[in-house]
Amino acid sequence: MRGLDLTIEPGERVLLLGASGAGKSTLLTALAGILDLEHAGDAEGRLTVDGVHPRATRDRVGLVLQDPETQLVMARAGDDVAFGLENRAVPGPQIWHRVDAALDTVGFPYGRDRRTDRLSGGEQQRLALAGAFALSPRLLLLDEPTANLDPVGAGLVREAIAAIQRTTGATTVLVEHRVAEALELVDRVVVLTPGEGVIADGEPAEVFAAHGDALAASGVWVPDRPLPTRKARPAQPDASGGGREDLLVADRVGYTHKGGDRPALTGVSVRLRAGEALAVVGPNGSGKSTLATMLAGLAAPATGTVRATPRLAGSDSPVPPHRWRAHVLAARIGTVFQDPEHQFLTGRVRDELAFGPIRRGEKADAVGRRVDDLLDRLRLTSLAEANPFTLSGGEKRRLSVATALTPGPAVLILDEPTFGQDRRTWVELVDLLAAHRDSGGSIFAATHDEAVVASLADRVLTLGHDRPAPVPGREVAA
Amino acid sequence: MVLDLHAGRGTGRLVRANPVAKVLAAFVLGLGVALSDDPVTPALVLGAVVVALAAGGVTMRVLLMRGWPLLVSAASLGLTTLLFSDTEQPWLTALSVTVRVLAIALPGVVVLVTIDPTDLADSLVQNARVPARFAYASLAALRLLPLMAVEWRTIGLARRARGVDAGRNPVAHLRLFAGTVFTLLVGAVRRGTRLAVAMDARGFDAVGPRTIARPQVVRRSDVALVLGAFAVLVAAVLASSALGTFRPFWA
Repeated sequence: MRGLDLTIEPGERVLLLGASGAGKSTLLTALAGILDLEHAGDAEGRLTVDGVHPRATRDRVGLVLQDPETQLVMARAGDDVAFGLENRAVPGPQIWHRVDAALDTVGFPYGRDRRTDRLSGGEQQRLALAGAFALSPRLLLLDEPTANLDPVGAGLVREAIAAIQRTTGATTVLVEHRVAEALELVDRVVVLTPGEGVIADGEPAEVFAAHGDALAASGVWVPDRPLPTRKARPAQPDASGGGREDLLVADRVGYTHKGGDRPALTGVSVRLRAGEALAVVGPNGSGKSTLATMLAGLAAPATGTVRATPRLAGSDSPVPPHRWRAHVLAARIGTVFQDPEHQFLTGRVRDELAFGPIRRGEKADAVGRRVDDLLDRLRLTSLAEANPFTLSGGEKRRLSVATALTPGPAVLILDEPTFGQDRRTWVELVDLLAAHRDSGGSIFAATHDEAVVASLADRVLTLGHDRPAPVPGREVAA
Repeated sequence: MVLDLHAGRGTGRLVRANPVAKVLAAFVLGLGVALSDDPVTPALVLGAVVVALAAGGVTMRVLLMRGWPLLVSAASLGLTTLLFSDTEQPWLTALSVTVRVLAIALPGVVVLVTIDPTDLADSLVQNARVPARFAYASLAALRLLPLMAVEWRTIGLARRARGVDAGRNPVAHLRLFAGTVFTLLVGAVRRGTRLAVAMDARGFDAVGPRTIARPQVVRRSDVALVLGAFAVLVAAVLASSALGTFRPFWA
């Protein structure tokens, strides 16, 4: 972040936009007074809140960040809201009135004693908002508070934010990639660019009319801008055997998690076919991830079977995938986990991409050429020597999809691949997946993202609505 | 795991006692038994603890239902002693080991399963003058532990998906373990940092005084609990001495 000039008047509600690396989160933590400017590598200029140093206005500021798991401190919901009030030395008897009022304002659906580890991500974020609201903030700082949530949870969190704005009239600074949903919460849009500071500032409609194309290209989800469509071409009539052959078949599979009192999934049947992308949708807890884990050969189904066809597994097809050795599995069924960091194995981006091919016994120079080519396609060439853990969210995501593809699996299983991604990474991901599908591969994507369904999916599987999910999955053509 | 941290909350007077008082009482008994090297002192302490628990709302039935893993492990320790002991009275030695393990572990286990971690942190801060920053930071970190257990499993699956498993090769097992630990630690540090930011954003790093939302009081019964534990220990040692069996471990 450099050369940023910005004045926000009391009561304004500002949406802060910009490509990753533009300094949005840095600005938020600086405004919150918790950025350590004294120990910064290089800091210049002046930042004031209410005309003074942000450290002096700390108790007028509420901050809520992206990751629900690390926003909460205490084991019980009421205690968590009370935590900030205790720190601010609010007298004991007043604390619980303010806790109850805060829980009520954000529409928290449980009592004070609700255990915080039993909450969904959206409920946790609403509780975090209650914790901020209880401190009567005059400035509300929100860093992608809905990025990790499913659409229903995100909607309820936005309602809670709106309720806080109505009640407190607090100045709001919101960072959010998904602009269309955020517009109801703001009346001013500010666009930052790395190294250049503010490049656009004004009412949302004006800013998007003037800078919409540039913003979309830099990764911002500008409203009303169509996404590319990447559907499979219609399957050839089966004369040459070029139709969509089955690769992996789940037959009435069910699963109950260890210690779980209800099955996570019951009696779901699904076929993964060559040259086809399947989107699996359904509310949280409907068993999408569980189904993905079983098809990926990472867990044995408790009931039913997962079977690989001879086309996928050759003479191994009678053996269920969860019994295959890992290197065999990776060469047939690739899996992309929700958190890319869980899958990194090496200390360099280049080694990460070379890992699969070398395991397969490919020659070093051939691997080198292939890795160079992949780095170029993934826009990661300049980061070839970097540690994968130090990449940005979008870079990690692109890398993790590529590493799953390098051992050459026909089937690719993905769990929420587009969660929290900016528009540019999103388009690149969909292109990457479409290319795999169009070269005869099969895609299974568990997703909440309706845009993925609209752009990429050739078929959609909808899993049951309520827990437990006794309704078998319903399969329809997309 | 032996402990269910939320078992039996809210019932019985003993269960509702002040957390620090409970910890102190269990500590007094455990230390006393550990320092005596005869079978009679622990047996008397164990008997008194069971009676006190029953009087305080933890019945024998609940104790057996929740505490059977402890009973099994103490018994198996005794059995091992019986089979491999070279003393003149292997039965007596085995029984002594079993009783000692039970007498040391039972009060501690009961205390652990009946204390809510939040109550303990509150009580440590308010009754034992432990700094609030330390107590609540530890409590917040404790909350992240179950997440790490889930994460451990996920990382294992993610590595298998990348084509990495150990098969029967012990060196590969070690490498896989080290890699999983590294990934887990990176995640833990990231989480810890984010949690610290969230806590500071709510004024946790403020220098001024804090107020208290959940007062923890020390009642007369809590003082009586600690004194009672001490009295039980003294009585057991005196009784064992009177019987001529008492032997401190240094004798």
